Amino acid sequence: MADLTTEFLGIKSPNPFWLASAPPTDKEYNVRRAFEAGWGGVVWKTLGSEGPPVVNVNGPRYGAIYGADRRLLGLNNIELITDRPLQTNLEEITRVKKDYPDRALIVSLMVPCDEESWKAILPLVEETGADGIELNFGCPHGMAERGMGSAVGQVPEYITMVTEWCKKYYSKPVIVKLTPNITDIRNPARAAFQGNADAVSLINTINSITSVDLDLMAPQPTIDGKGTHGGYCGPAVKPIALNMVAEIARDPQTHGKPISAIGGITTWRDAAEFMVMGAGNVQVCTAAMTYGFKVVQEMISGLSQWMDDKGYTSTSDFIGQAVPNVTDWQYLNLNYVTKAKIDQDACIKCGRCYAACEDTSHQAIWMKPGRVFEVNDAECVACNLCVDVCPVESCISMVELQAGEMDERTGKVVEAEYANWTTHPNNPAALKAAE
Amino acid sequence: MANSQTTSGIVAGRLPADRIAKNFGDLHPAYQPHEAAVAADRCYFCHDAPCMTACPTSIDIPLFIRQIATGTPEAAAKTIFEQNILGGMCARVCPTETLCEEACVRETAEGKPVEIGRLQRYATDTLMARNAHPFTRAASTGKKVAVVGAGPSGLACAHRLAMLGHDVVIFEARPKAGGLNEFGIAAYKAPNHFAEREVAWLMQIGGITMEEGKALGRDITLAGLKADYDAVFLSIGLGGVNALRAEGEDKDGVRDAVDFIADLRQSGDLTGLPVGRDVVVIGGGMTAVDAAVQSKLLGAENVTIAYRRGQESMSASRYEQDLAAQNGVRLMFNLRPVAVHGNGSAAEIELEYTTTEGGKLTGTGETIRLKADQVFKAIGQTLTDAPEGIAIEGGKIAVTGAGRTSVAGVWAGGDCASGGEDLTVTAVAEGRDAALDIHATLTA
Repeated sequence: MADLTTEFLGIKSPNPFWLASAPPTDKEYNVRRAFEAGWGGVVWKTLGSEGPPVVNVNGPRYGAIYGADRRLLGLNNIELITDRPLQTNLEEITRVKKDYPDRALIVSLMVPCDEESWKAILPLVEETGADGIELNFGCPHGMAERGMGSAVGQVPEYITMVTEWCKKYYSKPVIVKLTPNITDIRNPARAAFQGNADAVSLINTINSITSVDLDLMAPQPTIDGKGTHGGYCGPAVKPIALNMVAEIARDPQTHGKPISAIGGITTWRDAAEFMVMGAGNVQVCTAAMTYGFKVVQEMISGLSQWMDDKGYTSTSDFIGQAVPNVTDWQYLNLNYVTKAKIDQDACIKCGRCYAACEDTSHQAIWMKPGRVFEVNDAECVACNLCVDVCPVESCISMVELQAGEMDERTGKVVEAEYANWTTHPNNPAALKAAE
Repeated sequence: MANSQTTSGIVAGRLPADRIAKNFGDLHPAYQPHEAAVAADRCYFCHDAPCMTACPTSIDIPLFIRQIATGTPEAAAKTIFEQNILGGMCARVCPTETLCEEACVRETAEGKPVEIGRLQRYATDTLMARNAHPFTRAASTGKKVAVVGAGPSGLACAHRLAMLGHDVVIFEARPKAGGLNEFGIAAYKAPNHFAEREVAWLMQIGGITMEEGKALGRDITLAGLKADYDAVFLSIGLGGVNALRAEGEDKDGVRDAVDFIADLRQSGDLTGLPVGRDVVVIGGGMTAVDAAVQSKLLGAENVTIAYRRGQESMSASRYEQDLAAQNGVRLMFNLRPVAVHGNGSAAEIELEYTTTEGGKLTGTGETIRLKADQVFKAIGQTLTDAPEGIAIEGGKIAVTGAGRTSVAGVWAGGDCASGGEDLTVTAVAEGRDAALDIHATLTA
């Protein structure tokens, strides 16, 4: 079994699976249970300034999106930062860290956007012995209206400013948690590193309304007839998070900087995907909230098996390995030609590929007598839609045409050389350059 | 072909070879990966899962199914084997309908449990196909343990002991290891020599020596083992079969169902295995069903199971009863044998109707005769060859805790030991737990 020990910002944890700052890490009881279940680290649910704690609604805090068989795919929440006294949290953090020195314990923070507030809380956090802090610049609901959370994360200058304060008043690693509710994730990431952040973590939740109660005519979750937008998370947001992580990982200004990935990580495979995309570790919340802390056991065994199968002996062997293969559309090889191929033995004759192709794509699948579905290479543009809608895994595959073979659709012989849009004759910019 | 289903007497070759081969194929075909994925997706990953509680070996079922769902059936297999090293066989023979699958919350919700047994088989088959053993031995403890009997309990005990660093010698009375897995269950539940392959795979852990053809009381004695080894585990099974106590029981054609099943399991060519035209099986357990169904599959024309109590009392599960009925076996209830008639060989069996009053079974005096050129006795097995000086309780070796017998340094498990159901999976649990107790004792 591969060794999953992971070092992130010099903080060692027995595996790269941390629990994200969220309800599962709100208090000592939960965090101890998490560590007993095998989690490598936790980011303690966000602490606010000293004084009367925030209050939460007393009605439903969560809304859900389901897939088939009522599988929870997306979760939306309107919960705020911790609603327990600061001192209580600090005492618990101190105790837990003392009892679990081998696990990572990061404290999430969100205080008003002024230097005094940060200067006040940081020494208190330092005293707990926690391994680092994470700045919650992400929560999109409630706190944002008070000038915190995503209200800070959406203004790069504020990010830099607060990060600088934190580096000034706190000696251990500072992670900046980014909001995805922004046009270009690279700007806040650059801003964080400009303020000397040690790492960024992303994504926080996405602004969302999960559903509307059609009798009450109100968004869900509904509080006394009204609803508000909340933060969306869970498996549904993974592709969005993966792209944002990749954007930061391949941005020349932030390339190679530490990233802690968050966003719908549910299985070992999700974790591996984020890590090869540049994340040094991962943070999980919804999977734990859906299945309980025990779910980490599958992540541990799965990642370990994959590493053994691939011959990786350390997580550092594969972190960032896929980053060089993320590129812009214009650099994709236009001479790479594939055609869909349907495995007739595997085909169960449902006809979904036909409906998809005939109605919504390129009329490249024939439906022959006896419900035999075959690809017409002369029409197939290799869009992959048939593969995506086919219920049978590996029934339809995309087969690459070798150089020298004829592409029946274009009537052209496939060329061996790589050629992309930047030099394509149809590209006005390319033509201009050639002239 | 000379013989057919209607040939009288006990003869071989009632069905052509291709029919026999088809009849004795896999009862539940193995899942394809897609089927496994669909089946695994149905698991809710319950907290403190009822299925896990219902499993005598406490396999972490939600975890292994999640590992299948996430594309790591090998990791799933390891989860299974950590608790139950014979998880491959148990996936095939466990009465899941009365264990894990009965407890499944989807059984409660929809009457359709997650198919845990088949998923377990998918996982274990995947890992075993790699022919890699998932465990390694701990450093040698220098201790030696004797295991008597290479059935499920003995194998599970030996494997766990070997894993913990002890050296183990298994003494097996038969010429081949496996116990009831090899000799005692229906062929269609574990075709393609699975029991044999499983033993070979299990032995890959190392540190286990198999001494076949060594019977307790004949070739070895408990006193001798106690002198030569640091601990002894008895897993000798049940060697005897209860008598019918019916007149004419000694006629030709009357035999023990377990012997018939053992012959069948060891037969290289089932077209050469004789079976009656009119077969009557006396009993109500899994052995009765296994003997009856296999008689039918060999080509017997009429096969009847006669059970002395009502259907609700049958120890064979409802699933097993349905399997028998689907194969054309007639199930008759509240009938007990009083006589086997025939001139030297059995020709008919006379059964008396019974009623149960106040829990006591009595005959009504009314009888019925069935044609029977072959009668199988499947009315329970008894402990034989128990070593002298060991306490017996209810006809089995008395054990307390994790298989401790009345004799210090001697443990027992499986069918020969008191307590627990006589199931493969229970035997495995008992063997494993005894091994842990032996380990704790030897390393204390």
